[in-house]
Amino acid sequence: MDFSMPAQAEAFREEVRQFLADHLTGEMIAATRDGTIHSGALHRAIADRGWLSGAVPAELGGGGMDPVELCVLVEELQLHQAPADALGVAVVVVSMILEHGNEHLHGAVAPRLLSGEALGCLGYSEPESGSDVAAARTRAVRDGDRWVINGSKMWTTLAHVADYVLLLTRTDPEAPKHRGLTFFVVPLDTAGIEIRAVSTMGDERSNATFYDDVVLGDEWRLGGVNDGWTVMKTALKYERGIAGGQFPSPPVIEAAVDWARRARRADGSRPIDDDDVRHKLVRAMIDVEVCRSFAYHTAALASEGAMFGVEGSMTKLFASESYKKHCGWFLDMMGAEGLLTRDDPGAHMEGRIEEHFRHAPVTAIYGGTSEINRNLVAEGWLGLPRSR
Amino acid sequence: MRTRYSEDQQAVAEAFGDLFAREATPEAVRAAEAGCGFDPGLWRKLAAAGAPGMAVGVADGGGGASLVDLAVVVHEWGRRLAPVPLVEHAVCARLLASAGGARELVVRRGVDDPDRPRVQAGERIRHADHGFSDTPLVAAVASGDLIATLAPGPVEPDGTSRLVPAGAVADVVAARRGDHVVVARGRPPGAARPNTADLPLADRDLSGAETVASGAAAAGAWDRAMAEWKALMAVAYAGLAGEVLAMGVAYTKQRHQFGVPVGSFQAVQHGLADAATRSEGARLLAFRAVCAVDAGRADGARLASMALLFGAESARFAADRVLQYHGGYGYSAEYDVQLYYRRAAGWLLQLGEPAAETARLADADLGPKRPSGQAANRDTLRERPREAPWPQRPVSAANKSGGQARAARERSEQERE
Repeated sequence: MDFSMPAQAEAFREEVRQFLADHLTGEMIAATRDGTIHSGALHRAIADRGWLSGAVPAELGGGGMDPVELCVLVEELQLHQAPADALGVAVVVVSMILEHGNEHLHGAVAPRLLSGEALGCLGYSEPESGSDVAAARTRAVRDGDRWVINGSKMWTTLAHVADYVLLLTRTDPEAPKHRGLTFFVVPLDTAGIEIRAVSTMGDERSNATFYDDVVLGDEWRLGGVNDGWTVMKTALKYERGIAGGQFPSPPVIEAAVDWARRARRADGSRPIDDDDVRHKLVRAMIDVEVCRSFAYHTAALASEGAMFGVEGSMTKLFASESYKKHCGWFLDMMGAEGLLTRDDPGAHMEGRIEEHFRHAPVTAIYGGTSEINRNLVAEGWLGLPRSR
Repeated sequence: MRTRYSEDQQAVAEAFGDLFAREATPEAVRAAEAGCGFDPGLWRKLAAAGAPGMAVGVADGGGGASLVDLAVVVHEWGRRLAPVPLVEHAVCARLLASAGGARELVVRRGVDDPDRPRVQAGERIRHADHGFSDTPLVAAVASGDLIATLAPGPVEPDGTSRLVPAGAVADVVAARRGDHVVVARGRPPGAARPNTADLPLADRDLSGAETVASGAAAAGAWDRAMAEWKALMAVAYAGLAGEVLAMGVAYTKQRHQFGVPVGSFQAVQHGLADAATRSEGARLLAFRAVCAVDAGRADGARLASMALLFGAESARFAADRVLQYHGGYGYSAEYDVQLYYRRAAGWLLQLGEPAAETARLADADLGPKRPSGQAANRDTLRERPREAPWPQRPVSAANKSGGQARAARERSEQERE
């Protein structure tokens, strides 16, 4: 047993930091204020470095980067608040194409995603189905060697800047719900697709996408007809490691420490000298070390080639729930000043804590809600009976 | 990076897991509670298996194992709440082996050799027949013939150290006194001060203690011992939490209410899932801390403190949930969960106040607290020019129309269209 970061991974961390110093600009971060947490230039630079293809498993023809180094990459991107939401999505979509795709998808789509030239987005959720993803109702009906798609998808984040949507459709409404699903890779410029912005409490832009008699050749089908659930299950394994989300709190803690040092209370005292403030800061730092331990553990398991499942749920559950808690603590710590948004010239660090406070709730929802993850822990880790 | 046991460590975990499951049964734990929280028979078996000195160097009579290997044993110890002071003893043994002066101490005939069977390959040999006088103290501790501990609290002016962990049974007590590390030897009282967790806590007179290290050497040796103690107790907590959760799962699967197993209710499942998640995080942090301390890394002490605090918190949470999901039986003395619930509190508190531990971490990470009188002095000029407490910029039309964030969104959407 040895939890220490290998020297090679530490060297890689330095490489990532240098890369971010060279490529991540204040303008890029400022540009995300329109709600799109993506920078084309940064995404392509990451791809040019080979880190996008590196995150794709070697057995699929990707770079097969060491999972521990991949973990370091994700950690550094998140610590630097780099707008890289598209990276994880690209890795998942391209991995699924490489595993299940036909020649057309391998030739026309995969290389564009791998180079960073094109972006993907995920079309799983619908207005009526979120956690119960297999209940998707968007219909794809076969018409000769073409398919006609009708329906709508919710939370197709990045669709307005992406080139393809990985679309989960129902092809057999008569079959049991997990057996009538089929995946398609749909070019977003296909006629009949409408993308509508969905604005959020956290200022992030997501989308609802509508599919009205969208006609698609069979070459865009991913995996077997009615075999969509098999494809879906593999998506999970590719999200591991690259999906990120294990390190959301450090930027908030950094801001909280900064505020607590600079601010002065009415009696002239500094919040940083207040025991309650110190206790909460330390407690948050402990949670960060727990998240780091989880992240290193799952990466180490992956690098041994071991499959892990529930550990990923635990990591996500703990990281997002503790992050929400920290944001609440530090907003409270600041009193009325904590409410100021970045539009206010006096907002501390451009309203960083306030912004995280509004962003935090979604992290316990997207990519598997805390409730779903607790179910998975109860069943998969503790062996309790299925409760739904 | 390898975050799982090696094959050898797995074998050690299984061997000691079997030993503790066999010997440290809930009945044995309850029997020890009737005394001073110590099971001498179990101690002899552990000593025969080489556990008390396993992480002491071979030259000092130990097993030459690493702190991580010791932690593997401690994890099993924690699972069974084994009523022997394994962690205190093992850490003190390493301290004695590392603090220069301690290695020169020898066992004094008729003074230090206790009136109890000597440990030797599991056989009971009266010390009167085969005494171990004149052997190095470190070796007598490493073998488990003498029981050793550390006093984490202050030594009072009259030489008393209060509520010493394992103080009821330890022949050797190491303590920090001023700039020194001191070692006191004396017959243990054999009685504990009655306490929540039935731990062998006792006050000890350290007035005759001998100094074994001073100055920087003393500080280094003591700080290292404390970091080892905390990291190992964090691992013990992981064992406790894992076992209490297993107990909760078994009970809630078997216990039916409203015609179904209690464990099929989502409210119960989610409480257990949260406890399992925190406990697994605590286990990983604990072993990560042990690895860092063992490697002498700079962040070792920090991680050890954090692991102890989080380990205790998550173990207490797990014990609380499992007791709750037992319903009334959880509160009864007959069921074992109460044994875990009480120790989940006791193991941390015997090391001192958690708030003091948090304060030490805060001092290290945030810098020491500034006394309140200094805050308003001229030399603590505001590090940031203060803005007026409300925005001075005119409120824009967009803001009036319903929120700045929404206005920004609308702007961006218009631009896109």
